Amino acid sequence: MEMITSGKCMTFFLSGEIDHHNAASIRKVIDEETDKLMPQVLVLDFSGVTFMDSSGVGLVMGRYRNVSAHGGRLEAVNLPPWCYKIMKMSGLEKIARIRMTGGKQ
Amino acid sequence: MKPINRFTMTFDSRSANEGFARLVASGFAALLDPTVEELCDIKTAVSEAVTNCIVHAYPDGVGNIYISAAIYESGLFKIKIRDRGCGIEDVEKAKEPLYSSLGGERAGLGFAVMESFCDKLSVRSTLGKGTCVTLDKYIKGKALADR
Repeated sequence: MEMITSGKCMTFFLSGEIDHHNAASIRKVIDEETDKLMPQVLVLDFSGVTFMDSSGVGLVMGRYRNVSAHGGRLEAVNLPPWCYKIMKMSGLEKIARIRMTGGKQ
Repeated sequence: MKPINRFTMTFDSRSANEGFARLVASGFAALLDPTVEELCDIKTAVSEAVTNCIVHAYPDGVGNIYISAAIYESGLFKIKIRDRGCGIEDVEKAKEPLYSSLGGERAGLGFAVMESFCDKLSVRSTLGKGTCVTLDKYIKGKALADR
């Protein structure tokens, strides 16, 4: 997984399929890096994601919890339509202050 | 109502098979010439059902997951995902969005996603015997979507 750090902003470029099987290793990588840097803004870029089920929503929820625990915020950007649809239906936006972009074919 | 095609398969409740199961299901549904969105909906719903079997039905080991699916002239895609695992004590509770018996990083959205991404969801479960989830999805397909 590619990552870019710029000041206190960290961006992870997620790719491939996010399901229960793959989520654990993605989570591990993100948490190891964010634990070191404690970013103010954690950006998850979904442009390379080809499939996502509710495990992806769980992944975002968990990262949101971690980053907001030390006052940071989370952005989920460039969501392809198949990610956008499930993120929207989860109602995550209502309980978490997450900026979401994407959703267009 | 007689199906125009059907398949059955049995596989281990290993998480590596989540991708395999949704690939088979979507490959079969592709015979109805679905749109990309309809295919994604099927993949997602099947992934949720299979993940439930792996995470909840057989929490301490590997068991069998049984899938049978059929397609019909009307454009209906019907798939059953069944296990012989521990069963669900309270199906209505399990279906509530954001409820997960396991907590942690499980979003608790499995059944809510199946319900919203398909046209019909039915769940039959017996404690100690297992669970059977049936999903119906009507494929309108590319032919209709293009019009």
